[in-house]
Amino acid sequence: MLRQIGIPVASVLVFLGLWELLVWVNGWPNFKMASPSDLPPAYIRYWELFLVMGWQTLWRTVAGLALAVLVGTAIGMIIGFSRIARDALYPLLVGFNAIPKATLVPVISLIFIGQHDFNTVLMAFMISFFPIAVSVGIGLSTLEPEYRDILRSLGASRFTIFRKIALPKTLPEFFGALKVSVTLAFIGTNLVEIVSPHGRGLGALFKSGETNGDYPLMFAVLIALAFLGIVLYYAVVYLEKIFAGWAERPQS
Amino acid sequence: MENLIDIKGVTHAYKTESGPLPVLDGLDVAVPEGTFAAVVGPSGCGKSTLTRLVAGLMKPDEGEVWLHGERVKGPRKTVGMAFQNPVLLEWRTILQNVILPLEIVAPSMSQKDREARAHELLDMVGLTGFDDKRPSELSGGMRQRASLCRSLVHKPEVLIMDEPFGALDAFTREDLWQTMRDLRAAEPFTCVLITHDLRESVFLGDQVIVLSGRPARTQYVMPIDLPKDRTLDVLYTPEVADMLHILRDQIKIAQGREPEVH
Ligand SMILES: Nc1ncnc2c1ncn2[C@@H]1O[C@H](COP(=O)(O)OP(=O)(O)OP(=O)(O)O)[C@@H](O)[C@H]1O
Ligand SMILES: [Mg+2]
Repeated sequence: MLRQIGIPVASVLVFLGLWELLVWVNGWPNFKMASPSDLPPAYIRYWELFLVMGWQTLWRTVAGLALAVLVGTAIGMIIGFSRIARDALYPLLVGFNAIPKATLVPVISLIFIGQHDFNTVLMAFMISFFPIAVSVGIGLSTLEPEYRDILRSLGASRFTIFRKIALPKTLPEFFGALKVSVTLAFIGTNLVEIVSPHGRGLGALFKSGETNGDYPLMFAVLIALAFLGIVLYYAVVYLEKIFAGWAERPQS
Repeated sequence: MENLIDIKGVTHAYKTESGPLPVLDGLDVAVPEGTFAAVVGPSGCGKSTLTRLVAGLMKPDEGEVWLHGERVKGPRKTVGMAFQNPVLLEWRTILQNVILPLEIVAPSMSQKDREARAHELLDMVGLTGFDDKRPSELSGGMRQRASLCRSLVHKPEVLIMDEPFGALDAFTREDLWQTMRDLRAAEPFTCVLITHDLRESVFLGDQVIVLSGRPARTQYVMPIDLPKDRTLDVLYTPEVADMLHILRDQIKIAQGREPEVH
């Protein structure tokens, strides 16, 4: 327990110390790089804003991620089970994934004018479903035939085979992809929050810091984003332990 | 005695990118109820295909597969399968793995009865006390024992095994031959065993069927008239040495090579 919590905390403290030292040694002014000691005043001054905006960013990211899990798993099932669907959908998926998502912000904000919440969730989803779809698809299509045959030879339905074998067997890959998607979803949410005029969320707070030349606020937002990212990531790790803990080899 | 498995004139070809690949060519196999048929043949001749046909996982292009007087048209609950890879589910304990077929075949059976049935088999194969272990905690031989329990837990009429001991070392393999023999004595079932090991085929089989090279047909059938409760010592008798000689020559012929002159 001491090791599990102590080591990460110590590493964060060392990181903050080095950061402070770097700024102090170079004598950088605030507008070049804020130092950790500038951050607490920013949090104290704007704590209400941080709570409200942080919550905005968090729920939109989680909503986008939930959508990505649903749609990504569905697409993964389709390309995992059907060869034809795989051949048909892969080029489209890869092409879509290759489009820089920043270019889509004006597109979706024109289609759904004024729907800030919706647009943000949509972007978080669009940027994060790909790893999930691919990992579930690969997990299902590489299922060894013997695994299917032990149940199929008893007359089990496709759905039963999926539920009892294919689904649990792809869970480790699924969670691996979800860890990547968490970070991506954050990027999507913030992209829209920063770019949209009159946006909300931590991204908008960052932009207002920029507009007002409040550099400590900008850095404080970055750290808050990093903190939320860590929280979500470890939430996924926790779920993985519960649902796919069996895949972890005992350490010796 | 009635034939539990009757394969009559089965011909099958796989569709591949370079045209049809004929795998079975007028294959005939008959396995009387309660007996053990060991099938040997050159690598790639179509033995696994044969097991998939008997299990109803595939339909042959031509010919008929009969099981207990009924034409096989699809999978049936009275079949058990075991493979070279034990295919245990890593997220389930050993006990839960063994119970799996009962969840499909006997949905109304109580969990308590299922566990009691699984224990019966686990005890028989020497896995008492391994209930809550994960497959990754077991040795290869123990995993194969658990896999055997799973293929027998629903008391199938037919057990189909495709090189189940192929990946095990020689000593473990011999242990499992004896386990197999004891399981049959305790709960009779009809068995088709695919193997590459001629000693295994003679020790376990009531008949040994040699398949020709691809496309496979039945090239040779050797009845094995040894006592049911045979021990490993039987493998070192002159009688069995002669059988092994003949089988080895037959395999050579199946591979398209000249038999050695004795
Ligand atoms: N689904 C398939 N599609 C196309 N060809 C196949 C398929 N399954 C098997 N084959 C081919 O059919 C032939 C017979 O295959 P099968 O697996 O039945 O042989 P086998 O006797 O079990 O071989 P081994 O001794 O190596 O286990 C092989 O040449 C194999 O490459
Ligand atoms: Mg084979």
